[in-house]
Amino acid sequence: MNTATRNQFRLRLQNVMFGLLHASAAINVLALSGVCLYLACNGFSALSWEFLTEYPKKMMTEGGIMPCIVGTFLLAFGSMIIVFPIGVATAVYLHEYSRHSRLTYYIRFGINNLAGVPSIVFGLFGLSFFVTFLGLGVSVLSGILTLAILTLPIIINTAEESLRRVPDSWREASFAMGATKVQTILRVVIPAAFPGMLTGCILGLARAAGETGAIMFTAAVYFTPHMPDSFLSPVMSLPYHMYILATSGTDIEKTLPLQYGTALMLIFLVVGMNLLAIILRDRLQNRNKQ
Amino acid sequence: MKTRKERFTEWLLAGISTLSILSMGGIVLFLLLDGIPFFKFYPLTDFLFGLDWYPTDDPMEFGILPLIVGSLAVMALATVIAVPLGVATAIYLSEVARPGMRRIVKPFVELLAALPSVVIGFFGMVVVAPFLQDYLGASTGLNLLNAGLMLAFMSVPIICSVAEDAIYSVPRELREASLSLGATKWETLTRVVLPAASSGIGTAVMLGMSRSIGETMVVLMVAGGAAVIPTSLFDSVRPIPASIAAEMAEAPFHSEHYYALFATGIVLIIFTLIFNATAFRIAEKKNSGIGC
Repeated sequence: MNTATRNQFRLRLQNVMFGLLHASAAINVLALSGVCLYLACNGFSALSWEFLTEYPKKMMTEGGIMPCIVGTFLLAFGSMIIVFPIGVATAVYLHEYSRHSRLTYYIRFGINNLAGVPSIVFGLFGLSFFVTFLGLGVSVLSGILTLAILTLPIIINTAEESLRRVPDSWREASFAMGATKVQTILRVVIPAAFPGMLTGCILGLARAAGETGAIMFTAAVYFTPHMPDSFLSPVMSLPYHMYILATSGTDIEKTLPLQYGTALMLIFLVVGMNLLAIILRDRLQNRNKQ
Repeated sequence: MKTRKERFTEWLLAGISTLSILSMGGIVLFLLLDGIPFFKFYPLTDFLFGLDWYPTDDPMEFGILPLIVGSLAVMALATVIAVPLGVATAIYLSEVARPGMRRIVKPFVELLAALPSVVIGFFGMVVVAPFLQDYLGASTGLNLLNAGLMLAFMSVPIICSVAEDAIYSVPRELREASLSLGATKWETLTRVVLPAASSGIGTAVMLGMSRSIGETMVVLMVAGGAAVIPTSLFDSVRPIPASIAAEMAEAPFHSEHYYALFATGIVLIIFTLIFNATAFRIAEKKNSGIGC
């Protein structure tokens, strides 16, 4: 093989392989748009004002999903209210106080492992600790606490990432003005990093709203005829309702429109929140570059 | 020099930070507390190597080997599909795509990671299962292949984003040196960039495996649920998370079945901890700038 044909071969190989790379990226785009479009087309007709504002009726074969929406909001926002301050405090400690101590090493070890625990194991832990040991029962509160632990790594990692983006010169400028470390963190560092932390909070909300395994033994029930009147009552939630309708409803074929509608509502919420977080993050990155 | 307030704040923050260690410790502790009692009335070897899982029959059988094999089978299938796809997408995003395309494709990958697992499971039930039944002649659409496919789509985004960081952190000088010696972009990629990023890609693969063995809703909804060792791609399986999720609601509180499910949970968390530890070990050893 002479040099010319060999070079031609090398270039052709490159073109073929790059074509494959393009194709695999396209598969991702197609997968997401395929799932979303399919659910949107089938679920759109089920969406109506009644569907969003009514209780399930007739053994959950008719009616709406209002209690599920309320339950999902309670669980997601409740867990964020608990986990956001804890996550931010941990990130501040890790990044501003103790970057390389022994304690920091163990904290990071804990976070990394927590991030890898399967959601069903969070469910088992919630059942064993919050529901049984602390005696909270199957309740909103048990679910909130379980979801708070599940989303802790997300909040800590995004908060630390946004602290890293605050230039050191800002801290030094604040110290040079005579501010103490606490003052510097509260008035300079955290305000600058706050939008990034909020992005993490939105990601956490989305994760908590779409989570099923962690709440199926701790907070969610098949059906409850009334709204939760305290944090100790169980709730219905969108993902669990979705699972129940799809696998063990009384008449699975007949409830298909309800299933599509619920699925559409769920991805609308979760994907929408993630999209919002991505847009916010891109804006922040562009602002930082300028 | 530090005032009392300063010191108090530091201690307070350190105290709050230990919550993440305590949570992890608490999870392990409470799984053990409710799982260990099981071995008082059922021998460990029969549990791990028993072939029959009949938790509600009389006599009860708690052999989880079919569940372990089911879990490993769906994980292996998902990994075989997801690794080439995820790594190829990572290469595309970091080496091939123009900035404009990257800004479009990257959010798609991130949003793919955001899809709730119950929705992916539902998609597998109503779209993939009938397809497998009608066109590939499977006796049931809820089987190993379906679960593997759905899990692959859940682990592609993880593999992709970790691998992309690894490829991105390969120094530019290496690429330029290779290109200046007359190598094509593809040759530079396969002989210089990918070997330099290999440890990060290894981490990505391990994290993807950890994700797919622990994923619950997908395997609960589309794996079929038969506790037998699969012999073909179209066999129905019952991975560990599916078994826990499906049976916990019916298991009487503090019964043998209840303890057995916690013991199964211990086996599951051991698998995921091993994968995670390996992932971070690889990342630390080569110090490629990713991971912790």
